[in-house]
Amino acid sequence: MIVRAKVNGEWRTADVWPGASLLFMLREHLGLPGSKNACEQGECGSCSVWLDGDLVCSCLVLAAQAHERDVRTVESLAAGERLHPVQEAFLETGAVQCGFCTPGLIVAVADLLAREPAPDEPTVREALSGNLCRCTGYVKILEAVALAADMMRRAAS
Amino acid sequence: MSTRTLTKTRGGVGERVWRIDGVPKVKGQFLFGSDLWAEEMLWGHTLRSPHPHARIRSIDVSRALATPGVHCVLTADDVPGRKTFGLEFADQPVLAYDRVRFAGEPVAILAAIDPETARQAAGKIVVDYEVLPAVTDMAEALRPDAPRIHDFGNVLRHVRIEHGDPTASADVWVEGYYETGMQDQAFLGPESGLAVPAPDGGVDLYVATQWLHVDREQMAPCLNLPPEKVRLYLAGVGGAFGAREDVSMHIHACMLALRTGKPVKMVYSREESFFGHVHRHPSRIWMRHGATRDGRLVNVYARILLDGGAYASSGAAVLGNAATFATGPYEVPNALIEATRVYTNNPPCGAMRGFGAPQVCFAYESQMDKLARALGMDPIELRLRNAVGPGSVLPTGQVIRGSAPVREVIRRCAQLPMPTDEGDRHPLSLPGGAGNVSRGEGIRRGVGFAVGYKNIAYSGGFDDSAEARVRLFAGPSGPVVEIHTAAAEVGQGLHTVLAQIARTELGVEQVLVRQPDTHVGSAGSTSASRQTMMSGGAVQLACQAVRDELFARVAARAAAAGQALSGEWSLEGGLVLVGGAPVGEVGAYLEPPIEQTRVYHHRRTQPMDARGQGDVHVAFGFAAQRAVVDVDLDLGLVRVVQLAAAHEVGRMLNPQGVTGQVEGGAAIGLGLALMEEIQLEEGRIRNASFTDYLIPTILDMPPVESVVLEDPEPGSPYGVKGVGEMATIVATPAIVAALRDATGRELNRVPVRPDDLIGLSPPASTGPPPPPPAVPGPEPVPHYYGLDTGQQHLMRGN
Repeated sequence: MIVRAKVNGEWRTADVWPGASLLFMLREHLGLPGSKNACEQGECGSCSVWLDGDLVCSCLVLAAQAHERDVRTVESLAAGERLHPVQEAFLETGAVQCGFCTPGLIVAVADLLAREPAPDEPTVREALSGNLCRCTGYVKILEAVALAADMMRRAAS
Repeated sequence: MSTRTLTKTRGGVGERVWRIDGVPKVKGQFLFGSDLWAEEMLWGHTLRSPHPHARIRSIDVSRALATPGVHCVLTADDVPGRKTFGLEFADQPVLAYDRVRFAGEPVAILAAIDPETARQAAGKIVVDYEVLPAVTDMAEALRPDAPRIHDFGNVLRHVRIEHGDPTASADVWVEGYYETGMQDQAFLGPESGLAVPAPDGGVDLYVATQWLHVDREQMAPCLNLPPEKVRLYLAGVGGAFGAREDVSMHIHACMLALRTGKPVKMVYSREESFFGHVHRHPSRIWMRHGATRDGRLVNVYARILLDGGAYASSGAAVLGNAATFATGPYEVPNALIEATRVYTNNPPCGAMRGFGAPQVCFAYESQMDKLARALGMDPIELRLRNAVGPGSVLPTGQVIRGSAPVREVIRRCAQLPMPTDEGDRHPLSLPGGAGNVSRGEGIRRGVGFAVGYKNIAYSGGFDDSAEARVRLFAGPSGPVVEIHTAAAEVGQGLHTVLAQIARTELGVEQVLVRQPDTHVGSAGSTSASRQTMMSGGAVQLACQAVRDELFARVAARAAAAGQALSGEWSLEGGLVLVGGAPVGEVGAYLEPPIEQTRVYHHRRTQPMDARGQGDVHVAFGFAAQRAVVDVDLDLGLVRVVQLAAAHEVGRMLNPQGVTGQVEGGAAIGLGLALMEEIQLEEGRIRNASFTDYLIPTILDMPPVESVVLEDPEPGSPYGVKGVGEMATIVATPAIVAALRDATGRELNRVPVRPDDLIGLSPPASTGPPPPPPAVPGPEPVPHYYGLDTGQQHLMRGN
């Protein structure tokens, strides 16, 4: 079946199997492998994208459900060489190790900070509880969120 | 003579730097094995056995093969060469023939145009099984009447270590029985790779792995190809933790690619990943500790049983570690350690972060707390009194010659600040967290402490050397160092450290680290906390050789111009300095570029003899952690409030990387303490998903207060010791000790469940330890039956 969606600002079409997930369409049909497949059950958050501005696990969304809708992926965040503050904060604090969970976490953190510019730590922990990371023990991820929030506040003022 | 201003080279050893692969990783542009793609690529798929033990009567692939979109279906008959592979012993079939020995064993593979076609076609393969009785209990496996998993029996290896007089008497004795469950590495990026058939009849495999050369060593004989026609390239690795030491989809993808003449990609699903790699060995451990009344250890008895599942993997070495570390980092004048690694029809077990050390650390640290209670002594004081140091003799007779600041590690950990209690508790910070199951009525706090140690690099006489090639050339914007090794970057940050070493050695800031492949010599495995020392050492040696050649060129040109240069030679900020004064730019001497290749060897060790004696390990890393927990005594729920960690690493090359290893390693130890276990029912995995196999989330992981001690290891490059595994080893016993402190319960099995904390389940119990099995000797058993080894063979070639 043909699915047409606005992906990272550009209308794209793909001929997908009706059972295909949005994640599969992004990765295997549209050449956007930034969103990762680690659990296929919505447990790990590695495939997080925005669908019409809402944070979703793209492995739990059928490709067909994205028809005629707006999809934004991790690939949309950096402006060329210029990193998004969340991306820069992850590098600065050492919150990246193997990097497999990183795209999903960066999308989730960017989503959180867009809604809540100065979240306290329990709020951050709850917001990211759907993103599994096996490498870092999350300590530096919490530091990255705090730093990103700082950077974004400074940039806004 | 240069007119440039001298600036210090940035990004060298000891500095805080961004990861060399960081920018593509945060942008989603870093290519993991699962992200690879090629023109006309097919998707591979594996059909696995549903039975833990069965005879294969027949396999009918005709319906699968007739499915549109399917290019080929292969079974054991199609394996071009040797039918088995294995890290230490080639006892594992590429595809099952005659028998399947665990539920999840690969039986057939196929390639199709897309994953869904492949999956549906696999369902059409008909395998006629005759189900056989399965051995799924590690003690049962030792019984004489147990069904045999392999022709040679059910014991892979038995180790007996006799130290001093194991009959020595003591004033006070404590006894304990401990169990650890089967833990999964649960890396986020499942097994994946892309095999591309080559015009020369060989194959190129892009794969996420921990050791390219040992993969090739196992693959080439099975593919019936000379090693040079099996070329491996490291794809992006989404975490490893030991699970990528063994071959998974490697041979299968290559067989499919060679048969179809097309690139074949294989990516395991999360469920398949649980069947596709080895797990942490579950253990049963009996221990008896004897001490004097003033708290000096006199005698330790340990009996260790490890369940290795269906195949050898690295189990013989895991057992060696469990046995040699069984008494902990303590001076013990007399000991008897008996350890057995059995085969069962459970999923195979092998390497996982800690490699045999976490199981025994949970047992010996529980014993130390028990002993402290029996003596009425402070548990930290008891540990300080018995801690090893330089010159101490271990139960193997090995004398610790390197750095061993264990007392300092213990003291520094104990001094770390305790958590400051929040006056009004946030509901999310109660045990149970977001579930809002409690208002905090029945909560009790507990504190626990643990110390542990582990070897750095491979042991028992194994020369796991590492090669590095370093090239210095003139780039468009100054000199560039290119580093080429086969050392797998698995997320831990090795490639960043290698670049830091090159900057420090050559005074050049621009460094390229090539993606590892088999076009350079083996780097050994990214495991055993060894790569910073081993590949770091190789890069340092190669850089020094490049530097020597550069200095020779500078000296020759100066001599030709009639200049005599005197003073100490050095490199800084892209300049050559003699006696502290710049004599030229590095870039002016790089036509032709300078390239040097060097191999780093660690000091020689010895295998254990028949009494378990020998200079077995290269060096040791030590760690202590303190855990603070809140336990809801009504609900059995736990929140770990804080982990305090003291680790000694010889020398920190990348401080942020070191604390990253401590925090991440502790999280995996926390998982083993509180939640992570593969649930088996008659050998079948019941929880092969992230919905049912729980790993710590950001809500489970506390803040980590950490302190890192630097006590350089003699003979190691920059004095480094690895840090990858120690945090995992000590976190588990520290957390369980804190749970005991809060609840007063015995808690002798990990993971600890809510039932255990509120007393619904009794402590794990069993009969007396099984007698030592009658096997030929200290060597692993398949050795006697002539099964070839992967790693030993590889290293003999060097």
